[in-house]
Amino acid sequence: MKQFAQLIQQIDSTNKTKTKVSALKTYFDQANDKDKVWTIAILSHRRPPRPVNSRQIREYAGELSKIPSWLFEESYHIVGDLAETIALILPPNKGESDKPLHAYLENILKLKSKSDEKKKAYLFEHWEKLNYYERFVFTKLMTGGFRIGVSQKLMTRALAQSTGIDQDVLAYKLMGNWKPQNTTFQSLILEENPEDYLSKPYPFYLAYAVEDELEDLGQPEDFLFEHKWDGIRAQLICRQNEIFIWSRGEELVTDKYPELETFKDYLPDGTVLDGEILAFPNNDIGDFKDLQKRIGRKNVTKALLKKIPVIFKAYDILEWQTQDIRSTSFKQRRQILDKLFQNLTDSITPFHLSETMQFQNWEAVEEERQKAREIRSEGLMIKRADSTYGVGRKKGDWWKYKSDPYSIDAVLTYAMRGHGRRSNLFTDYTFALWNDDKTELVTFAKAYSGLTDKEFKEVDRWIKKHTTDRFGPVRQVEAQHVFEIAFEGIAQSNRHKSGIATRFPRIIRWRKDKTIKDANTLEDLKKLIPK
Amino acid sequence: MSQPLLESNNKGIYCSQADVYIDPWRPVKKAIITHGHADHSRYGHKKYITHHLNIPIIKHRLGKINVSGVEWKENFTINNVKFSLHPAGHIIGSSQVRVEYNGEVWVVSGDYKTEDDGISGTFQPIKCHSFITECTFGLPVFKWQPQKEVFDEMNNWWKDNQDNNMTSVVMVYSLGKAQRVLNYLNSDIGTIYTHGAIENMTDVLRKNYDFPETIKITRETKKIDLKGNIVIAPPSAHGTTWMRKMVPYVTASASGWMSTRGARRRRAIDRGFVLSDHADWDGLISAIKATECEKVICTHGYTNIFSRYLKTLGYDARTEQTQYEEDED
Ligand SMILES: [Zn+2]
Ligand SMILES: [Zn+2]
Repeated sequence: MKQFAQLIQQIDSTNKTKTKVSALKTYFDQANDKDKVWTIAILSHRRPPRPVNSRQIREYAGELSKIPSWLFEESYHIVGDLAETIALILPPNKGESDKPLHAYLENILKLKSKSDEKKKAYLFEHWEKLNYYERFVFTKLMTGGFRIGVSQKLMTRALAQSTGIDQDVLAYKLMGNWKPQNTTFQSLILEENPEDYLSKPYPFYLAYAVEDELEDLGQPEDFLFEHKWDGIRAQLICRQNEIFIWSRGEELVTDKYPELETFKDYLPDGTVLDGEILAFPNNDIGDFKDLQKRIGRKNVTKALLKKIPVIFKAYDILEWQTQDIRSTSFKQRRQILDKLFQNLTDSITPFHLSETMQFQNWEAVEEERQKAREIRSEGLMIKRADSTYGVGRKKGDWWKYKSDPYSIDAVLTYAMRGHGRRSNLFTDYTFALWNDDKTELVTFAKAYSGLTDKEFKEVDRWIKKHTTDRFGPVRQVEAQHVFEIAFEGIAQSNRHKSGIATRFPRIIRWRKDKTIKDANTLEDLKKLIPK
Repeated sequence: MSQPLLESNNKGIYCSQADVYIDPWRPVKKAIITHGHADHSRYGHKKYITHHLNIPIIKHRLGKINVSGVEWKENFTINNVKFSLHPAGHIIGSSQVRVEYNGEVWVVSGDYKTEDDGISGTFQPIKCHSFITECTFGLPVFKWQPQKEVFDEMNNWWKDNQDNNMTSVVMVYSLGKAQRVLNYLNSDIGTIYTHGAIENMTDVLRKNYDFPETIKITRETKKIDLKGNIVIAPPSAHGTTWMRKMVPYVTASASGWMSTRGARRRRAIDRGFVLSDHADWDGLISAIKATECEKVICTHGYTNIFSRYLKTLGYDARTEQTQYEEDED
């Protein structure tokens, strides 16, 4: 545990990816095999199920710290992370513990079926023996959600450096339903399998955002245009009658989209497509909320597959008849792709094509972009017809030209303190819009970014003086200030009181020039939903 | 009910019997100043009374002012109200203010910490009936390590960075924390460089203190000189072009807010040292207990939460709105 806690501390105390990877590599060089397997499992979201629920663990931590439960809750609210709150709030440790990481996890696996008394005794015993970082890690393992700024990708990179095994091969080895308690480092990582290389993807080529005038890009005739689909960018690989799907985060996500298995029937051996996975409920492109229901799910049920199937909208072809064709021109690659698609005999398939368009002038391009919302795209992709498929992000050949964000004027109604540095300031706001007859303000979004530090301080001062009611940490404030709120997406939702969900809401500006009577209505917001 | 000895009005904490304010935030005739941080010692008062060690500090900050200095525990009487200053341990020259009238004693804590930092004087609890306390870190999650451990870590961090050919940049407030850090840095490791704001403030204090030698970074300072050494800079320098000379560097901050991971991440700082010039949770509680007071009035910090907790301990506790800011730490 000491080693693992030290690793987490090192990762925590740097902003630099390189330093994080090197800390992980050193850890993989030194840790014992069993601990390594568990570390890989933890950092690839394979934690054991929670042995105690959040209510219990809060109660126990409060008890051991000898503070009233309301004080624990207030502290938790301000710190923002349960394991961290507990690690900070408990009295200093008395003993020490040399137990390795895997021993803790084996305990945790068994703990789930034990009585509450036993669980409490176990927690007390270890909290008292562990220092701050060990406690934090230990409690994190108990409560779940191990987000510490290390993606599976970074972990895989470090493991590749430590073992000398190709990173993509490791990513493949780590996919699937292995369980840390049933495998060994030898069989999971070190043993070589011929099929390990089958799934290897190409690096994704990324586009730059158009920042200046479209005209600056050159002649529209030199480009092919497509809509920019708002799903998950992915590579679909078909080799030796097997399908592999990689997301742009360079994670293998094959298991999550079983309906794409049928690509085996359409693609010849040695084909790699670049495209976008999109939700496709009711035979139409869905919105971001639909796809989120698929992304988060580990087990894809039949019911979900039926309710929200996905499609793969192909942009490009990178490998054809087992040959890497990335150095041929985009135009040529698209000819191959278009032909492949046209030859499909089955018309109801998850295989869709992202159609290319050509324009004679930039005005027409702008006009096409205006249609983006209607057809549920995010804007346009502008790709030079003679461009090869590059690596990473390179300026010049591929551009993305996104639609402007939505925006609306809303009234500040509630506020909460921020976290960390801003924990003394009220910086987490709730915004509301008018109902139809402008008699009532209805909550529609929360936002906590977009103002300068100076503005936050000003709003904070105002809030402290104009609080009308308190609900725990939440303050209701006088309806007086109007803010312009921007967001990227909008969809119907019956989980929200307003009936509408927005994506990435953020504050654009404080509209001091407006009174609350000038704020928008829910009806105005609903009009923004794409039909 | 008769008028309380001290009360808060729109100008500050006021003693009407003596017609004196303590740390007022608007101009007044007579002000007793607890310490030199900007939110406690403001411009425009006709007369300042403070500890003599604070005089160079506020003169440096405020220019020409009419100020008289007193010693700790030295009594002075204004219209039958007896005042005296007592060490608060917050920064150099910082004091608590004891106020006595007709046998009733009030104490205004100013900002304070209970651990002796070696340069700011040792905090002394004073028996009183009513205690006006700060509670910047009035949450049970704030618990400080002994400073020796923190400074050992800081020196090791500097040494490690030096071994990796990196320059260490510590971001701290120019008054208080900077001198405290300076006092404990191990100059056997390398040279200590300073930002102008830090150098100027430290210079003011050198007369009474024996700080290690520092070199102010100027236009003439060469990049190669800084390599592997340590730079003390104010937080405002973070992310500015001034830092270019230090490349490649590693940054650290030293403050009580560094207790939480979120605060460290948000500041985009590589290393956070938990080091505060305010009392932690246990320090606040023990300080209040030691005053043997009945009434506690909580100002800046987590006032609502802290006073609610004090009530559960049997104190007559409430909060008071002040305009002290909570940024300095
Ligand atoms: Zn202060
Ligand atoms: Zn203060």
